[in-house]
Amino acid sequence: MTITEVHAPNPAAGDADRPIGYGRIQRKEDPRFVRGKGHYVDDIVLPGMLHGAILRSPVAHARLVSIDTSRALAHPGVVAVITGQDLLGLKLAWAPTLSADVQAVLVTDKVRFQGQEVAFVIAEDRYAARDALELIDVDYDVLTPVIDARHALDPGAPVIRDEIEGRTDNHIFDWEAGNAAETDAVFASADVIVKQEIVYPRSHPAPMETCGAVADFEPIEGALTLYETSQAPHAHRTLFAIVSGIPEHKIRIVSPDIGGGFGNKVGIYPGYILAVVGSIVTGRPVKWVEDRSENLMSTSFARDYIMQGEIAATKEGKILALRTNVLADHGAFNATAQPTKYPAGFFHIFTGSYDLEAAHCKVTGVYTNKAPGGVAYACSFRVTEAVLLVERMVDILARKLEMDPAELRLKNLIKPEQFPYKNKTGWEYDSGNYERALRLSMEMAGYDELRREQKEKRARGELMGIGISFFTETVGAGPRKHMDIVGLGMADGAELRIHPTGKAVVRISVQSQGQGHETTFAQIVAEEIGIPPEDIDVVHGDTDQTPFGLGTYGSRSTPVSGAAVALVARKVREKAKFIAAAMLETRPEDLEWEKGRWFVKGDPSVGKTMAEIAMGAHGTVTLPEGIDGNLDAEVTYDPPNLTFPFGAYICVVDIDPGTGHVKVRRFIAVDDCGTRINPMIIEGQVHGGLTDGVGMALMQFIEFDESGNNLGGSFMDYLIPTAMEVPNWETGFTVTPSPHHPIGAKGVGESATVGSPPAILNAVVDALAPLGVTHMDMPCTPARVWAAMQGRATPPI
Amino acid sequence: MQIPAQFDYVRASTIDNAIALLDKHGEEARVVAGGHSLLPMMKLRLARPEWLIDINDLFELDFILPEATRLRVGAMTRHSALLGSADVARLFPIVIDAERVIADPIVRNRGTIGGSLCQADPAEDLATVCDVLRAEAIVRGPGGGRILSMDEFHKGPYETSLAHNELLVEIRFPVRPRSGSAYEKVERRVGDWAVVAAGAAVSLAEDGTVDDVAIGLTAVGLDGTIDEAETVLRGQQPTEELFEEAGRLAAMASLPVADQRGPVDYKRHLADELTRRVLRRACERALAAQSTTTQEG
Amino acid sequence: MQISMTVNGDEITREIEPRVLLVHFIRDDLRLTGTHWGCDTSNCGTCVVLMDGVPVKSCTVLAAMADGRAITTVEGLASGTTLDPVQQGFMEEHGLQCGFCTPGMMLTARALLDQNPHPDDTEIREAISGQICRCTGYATIVRSVKWAADHPAVEEIAGEEVPA
Repeated sequence: MTITEVHAPNPAAGDADRPIGYGRIQRKEDPRFVRGKGHYVDDIVLPGMLHGAILRSPVAHARLVSIDTSRALAHPGVVAVITGQDLLGLKLAWAPTLSADVQAVLVTDKVRFQGQEVAFVIAEDRYAARDALELIDVDYDVLTPVIDARHALDPGAPVIRDEIEGRTDNHIFDWEAGNAAETDAVFASADVIVKQEIVYPRSHPAPMETCGAVADFEPIEGALTLYETSQAPHAHRTLFAIVSGIPEHKIRIVSPDIGGGFGNKVGIYPGYILAVVGSIVTGRPVKWVEDRSENLMSTSFARDYIMQGEIAATKEGKILALRTNVLADHGAFNATAQPTKYPAGFFHIFTGSYDLEAAHCKVTGVYTNKAPGGVAYACSFRVTEAVLLVERMVDILARKLEMDPAELRLKNLIKPEQFPYKNKTGWEYDSGNYERALRLSMEMAGYDELRREQKEKRARGELMGIGISFFTETVGAGPRKHMDIVGLGMADGAELRIHPTGKAVVRISVQSQGQGHETTFAQIVAEEIGIPPEDIDVVHGDTDQTPFGLGTYGSRSTPVSGAAVALVARKVREKAKFIAAAMLETRPEDLEWEKGRWFVKGDPSVGKTMAEIAMGAHGTVTLPEGIDGNLDAEVTYDPPNLTFPFGAYICVVDIDPGTGHVKVRRFIAVDDCGTRINPMIIEGQVHGGLTDGVGMALMQFIEFDESGNNLGGSFMDYLIPTAMEVPNWETGFTVTPSPHHPIGAKGVGESATVGSPPAILNAVVDALAPLGVTHMDMPCTPARVWAAMQGRATPPI
Repeated sequence: MQIPAQFDYVRASTIDNAIALLDKHGEEARVVAGGHSLLPMMKLRLARPEWLIDINDLFELDFILPEATRLRVGAMTRHSALLGSADVARLFPIVIDAERVIADPIVRNRGTIGGSLCQADPAEDLATVCDVLRAEAIVRGPGGGRILSMDEFHKGPYETSLAHNELLVEIRFPVRPRSGSAYEKVERRVGDWAVVAAGAAVSLAEDGTVDDVAIGLTAVGLDGTIDEAETVLRGQQPTEELFEEAGRLAAMASLPVADQRGPVDYKRHLADELTRRVLRRACERALAAQSTTTQEG
Repeated sequence: MQISMTVNGDEITREIEPRVLLVHFIRDDLRLTGTHWGCDTSNCGTCVVLMDGVPVKSCTVLAAMADGRAITTVEGLASGTTLDPVQQGFMEEHGLQCGFCTPGMMLTARALLDQNPHPDDTEIREAISGQICRCTGYATIVRSVKWAADHPAVEEIAGEEVPA
């Protein structure tokens, strides 16, 4: 099932298999990857390089009594051991987080989560560094931890952040959106109200490549080169300058090939800072790469929202209002990466895709003795949590009203003519045709036939479920006046140079972790100026070579940097017109553009290609007044609004009644991300996110015991779907361009991660409906499904 | 990434050489076969042998040999070889059922039957398979060989009755007429250890009654087979009611503990459910074997 | 201790500590960084190489255990400038995104096709079920392997024509 693309074939596009511009082309980055010639952080070897390893706390909450590093220092190959006390002397023991808090780089006073950084060993090789960790003697005075966020604000709960003067509790923030009084009034007069607690358990992005860094401090120049796994190299450079005191012009951040990010590589972790400190202290380059347990136990987790949802509707099924109170577990330090004004990210898009009369949400953030983080893992700044809430509530309402969940959604979706649509919490949705997408997904699924099959199976006692989710995302932050991260406005830059022979280099401020930027951004330039994508190099990931910008997360690369690239290409195209006019000895306004060349209106045979114009610009042509002798341009794009991709997902599951085992039989995903640049890459982004959804819904979560031990600290217990748990994805699309984006594109990187978990969970609950189950919380492991089948509430995560 | 502590390494050239090396290096020496249980434990430094004796060159221990009354399997036979063996599939379908769900295909390329049994992980699938097939372990030491029943071989979680200088060299499975066997595992995800698994082997008498039956459970704290559940079936025509009764008794006998894979009641339920399933399938297979035998006869 | 092995057809001999993991030997001693590692528990399969033609997880094999064996890494898949059909397939069908799991996936695919030139979807999924990809959702990897099966290299076609 496909829909014809809205873009008409372009006469200048040439061979249909090799479009000059948008269309399916192979990725430009693949030839190096398939040959094993990708270049990741751990592949970097510098002359004289040392290796660092971090000693981590085995307990979640403890006073640090003493550290003795003498045996470790005596170990052959060990060059230095750094402790929190050493960092205090350097004023580096605490570093600012991305959320106006601080985080310990190494423990000085108290351990606050299991796996926290206690000491840093630097040795000649990684084996010696690892061996020396065992030779550090640490004495801990163990304290009672706060593990369950529900008890974090209890009177008398241990105060986790007692180093902050005057702090007497674990409260971080309260944040509200929408109008409480208006919402309460609508609820007061509604026919039907449904309530449900919905828990989005803690999870972890777990990219295949763990986090790491190679720091190379050059003492004579006072210059730092830091190779690191970073989704945001420019923001990191500024922050490193602030933290370390090294002037920003002396810092170069290089983010080479990144083995997956998903939000895990947005923050600045203690390990990166320790590698830098280690290089300064030893005068040699220092590599630090975390192992898998370190990754899962100490770097940015995701979710951990306990949501009390309430939905109000008429008895005919008109949804009137939604309200929720959320308890947000932020761990031991508030280290979420999100725009400053929004401590709960963009959770306030929890009104979803429905036209409501009123809505209100309140989010309370608390400290617990768990790893810090929060906004990570392809969540578009908490839209995952928002979509789970609204899509579960709508399904529960459908059950209450005895309506088909598709029918209830169709009745309440925002209509095409209502766009741009202002929701009740302050968002302006740019564009959408929701009903078309939902109907397409139902058609692809054979929805009515599935319901018939389900009826027959239910009669035989078989458990088959059909789940729907309809999501609206909000991606592509800024605008900068509303959105910043630690004071840096959320805008991105692009620079384009056309070399004399007509080959181009475009430099961007965002950083690929597998999304295919080297291809997509070349295609945007190609579409705009008609140079084939293979003649355009995309440079990214090196702060010395690229313009400033905030980086890749929250599905913002195409909405923000994609716009910057389109605009910089248009700037070059416009400049090319003036140069072409000079070359053709005519007026610019007499020229007309076709892809790749300017020609004289009415005389298409007389014109200049971009290559000819580039040579002209750099050659001996007499240029018009005000036109420099090059074909270069630069742009910083400040988005006027976010983009609002959306989609309709349908999942079919079968559950083994004897074991509770869930099998995802089919998954149908219809996505609308506006203009489609490379359909192959878009499909790949969607597939990956759907797999995240299967993981989240069925198996992936980080559990703690009551002592604060992390029970998900390896891939033996933090389970990620394999090829056996996921079906052959069935994808379709509609195209509703964004009216405010230069090329009409919206982000797509996180749509499927955001949209798919509720579809799967709704399918599981639907399958269990004959047993009276109206809700269960993720993950739907066999044991938890079986508990739900017995009529028990699923144990809290 | 994680790295083992230091050790010395030697590769054994023959069975006798391996035994001599074990004898020489004493308690701090460990045999490494596939290494997929031992090396991860060494990387986490939960195991710290001073010597590793690599027996991967002992190709004489890599065989699957059907004989008239038994199937002989060398201790160095890889999981993948068992899974690919037509003889194994014909004689003991339970082994195929189990092998399909042991770890993953790549691990199965390295892991061996001997390594699995010697690791004696309580969630290990082949231990249950060997229990219900009433297999024998052939062990060699400096003083010669011993033949051990599985009861004698297994002493408890992560513990066998092998002396430090003994080597498991072979596993022998008795072949019975009109028999069938099956294994089923519930796991959180492909490749995971069992939440619970069950295995059963059934031999039918000529009149279709149960001549012999063995039932075993994985990951519920039991060693060996479950006599009380087996008793209800012996001498009886297999029926759904008897499977249910056996399942109930197996669940009662089980001693699961709660962990991340599930609570006690769920595991007990699985013990019941899976026991019934494997008995049903084992009997179906025994009947199919009987009809084949009849046709061939 | 001293070990010798064939790596991508080249004979190599090195002095190593017995505890060196094969993945570290390949990456650090031989500087063949196409082989990656992603976990410590042999769950992720990012480190898969072929040992005597059989896929193994090189984080759970000692370099010492590979003494005398033949190792193939991703760098040995192509012959000269000619890519293996598996490599071509991964590019054609978007079987990779970040590229980190890709070398291991391709080596497993190569070994599968050597055994079974025309695997179906389920056989491909089973073959790669010990390997995790966080980007692709696997469907495009399955398609990539099928592409390779449908476009065998010249020597493979010749191989198939030999009567069994």
